[in-house]
Amino acid sequence: MADAAARSVIELGYGGNERLVMNMGPQHPSAHGVFRMILTLEGETIVAVDPIIGYLHRCHEKLGETLTYVQYPSIASKTDYVSAMTAELCYVRAAEVVGQIEVPKRAQYLRVLAAELQRVASHCLWLGTWCMDMGGALGGGATLFLYCFRERETILDLFEALTGARLLYGFHQIGGTRYDLPAGWDATCRETVAQVEERLDEYEALLEGNPIFLVRAQGVGVISPELAQEVGVSGPLLRGSGIAHDIRRAEPYSSYEDFAFDVPVEAAGDCYARYRVRMVEFRQSIRIVRQVLDGLPQGPISSRPGVKSVAQVKLPKGEAYARVESARGEVGIYLVSEGATKPYRMKWRGASFSNLAVAGLILPGHKVADAVAILGSIDPVFGEVDR
Amino acid sequence: MSDLLWTVGPPFILLNGVVILITYLTLLERKFAARLQSRVGPYRVGHPHGWLQPIADALKLMLKEDIVPAAADRGVYNLAPIVFLVPAFLMYAAIPFAPGLGLADLEIGILFVLAVSSLEVIGLFMCGWGSNNKYALLSAMRAVNQIISYEVPFILLALVPVVLAGSLRLADIVDAQAGLWYAFYPVLGWLTFASFVIVSLASENRIPFDIVEAESELVAGFRVEYSGMKFALIQLAEFTHLFGVACLATLLFLGGWRPATGALGPVVFLLKALALFVLIIWVRWSFIRIRVDQILTLSWKLFLPVSLGLLLAAAVWVVVARGGSGG
Repeated sequence: MADAAARSVIELGYGGNERLVMNMGPQHPSAHGVFRMILTLEGETIVAVDPIIGYLHRCHEKLGETLTYVQYPSIASKTDYVSAMTAELCYVRAAEVVGQIEVPKRAQYLRVLAAELQRVASHCLWLGTWCMDMGGALGGGATLFLYCFRERETILDLFEALTGARLLYGFHQIGGTRYDLPAGWDATCRETVAQVEERLDEYEALLEGNPIFLVRAQGVGVISPELAQEVGVSGPLLRGSGIAHDIRRAEPYSSYEDFAFDVPVEAAGDCYARYRVRMVEFRQSIRIVRQVLDGLPQGPISSRPGVKSVAQVKLPKGEAYARVESARGEVGIYLVSEGATKPYRMKWRGASFSNLAVAGLILPGHKVADAVAILGSIDPVFGEVDR
Repeated sequence: MSDLLWTVGPPFILLNGVVILITYLTLLERKFAARLQSRVGPYRVGHPHGWLQPIADALKLMLKEDIVPAAADRGVYNLAPIVFLVPAFLMYAAIPFAPGLGLADLEIGILFVLAVSSLEVIGLFMCGWGSNNKYALLSAMRAVNQIISYEVPFILLALVPVVLAGSLRLADIVDAQAGLWYAFYPVLGWLTFASFVIVSLASENRIPFDIVEAESELVAGFRVEYSGMKFALIQLAEFTHLFGVACLATLLFLGGWRPATGALGPVVFLLKALALFVLIIWVRWSFIRIRVDQILTLSWKLFLPVSLGLLLAAAVWVVVARGGSGG
């Protein structure tokens, strides 16, 4: 973090080294939720950043201890509400590892399907909001934002048909999934992803053909591979800094080893590299979705019978760490079971939390306008940062 | 009595005409943006297509509570929207809408329009300074930087048609375009018109150069503390000024009311200005914003030399090709 001298501030002083302390957030058009940054500026240049989080803290780890294994998956989705499917998946995976519960093949494939569609939806939201950060709510940014939301809506329609909910699903449960595909869903899904893929080309043309976008994104907010590893960022940020690490590849779960997909890597480490990584991930996720639909095995969707009471699932004594690759990176849960219907202790590793930690280190030296662009390219979800 | 009527009447009509026009330009922009973003836009207030929406907006803004921040510099804060608005309207005083149809047919019309157009920066800075808000202050500093940087190439480019036409009277400049509009003069005209449109986007703080407003960084920039009618005045001033510049560009480059004559003149003139206005909002709703340092680099390193070069080229051309007579 910046040294104390940088923060000893002369507000509107007239000594030739005037500094201005500016408070951005928690209520700010580009705070991405409730994030507060106290910026120390010299002119327009940031010299020090004090990031302040915690405005959306909801005691998720404590909630995990007070709710049963049946209840909590639906609540888990409220941590990363933009990528709820992977948050739920992480919790049920941790519980399944502790209880050594098998998951039927069909359920595993359905989980992959949901997770990859969720990644597409989440990246849609990221692209829209990031462009809005750079382009303004009353300009071209808003146009792209609305386009991306149009695409995201079609995927949420799929989720609605599958689970009955559009944002927080409760799709995963210990031992499998709660719902099977409804009739005709397969065809709708193929149509939807084909359309999203087609529109992605349009957005790429709209953005990458625009020199203003390129000068705003290229060379801005560079995260070096060393810094990325030191801070512990994951997901598109890590891959944008030249490190090919993807948990789906490094430590396959839920049958990811069955599917062919590329792990995109960009060496530059700037906002543009992160943008490119996510744009490729869009297409790779769609590729996985198609493979799942083509190879979906028949069979049961859960290895456990349906529960009649919330306290019906008991796990043996034990502890485990399970991690999944969400749209934002590594989401992990450490679960300690004492043999009851609730975990004894649960620890979340939020991908956004670790990713956001890099912001304070790379912002100094940039302009105010870059601060929002960089923050947007990190793609934090504050439900997951604060938990 | 009739003298008084002649003094007060036309300005009154013009002022109200402009206000009504501008009010409906906001609806045009909203509808246009909505179509661009695959939305419907205002629809509920008034049939068809929400045509009463601007009236409803104006009423709402008038009825809103007028909040003055406790720490604001009250005098400057209250005066700023008016200082911002008046020069925007003054521009129209010297604009001829058709041959002989204008409030004042000044010999130095173009100079007058450019001069009052540049005054907007004072109102803008007063807004930012008087609000006593850090976002507003940053925005005001940006505004001064940007407008001063772009006012120079803006004026230099506006002088190219003046040199070509050999007159500072706007009507003369239009008459000089009887054959070919200046925007279509090979190379020189194309470059000048294109640069003029871009530079006026910048000096009008429109996207992609709207770093002054920059709501994703500075919330709403210099007008962050304004509400109610004062906010409405600022909005009105911005649109008025923008449309004024579109009118000016029409006169300088698009042949004003030509080829129409008589009663059709003003209609053709307004249609051309509207087309330019639509072009500007089209750019607005498709581009993202450029950064403050990049904007200044662009002005001093690209547009200033280019505009100087174009002005010089125009002068040389007039001297060489027409034996220095102009017109």
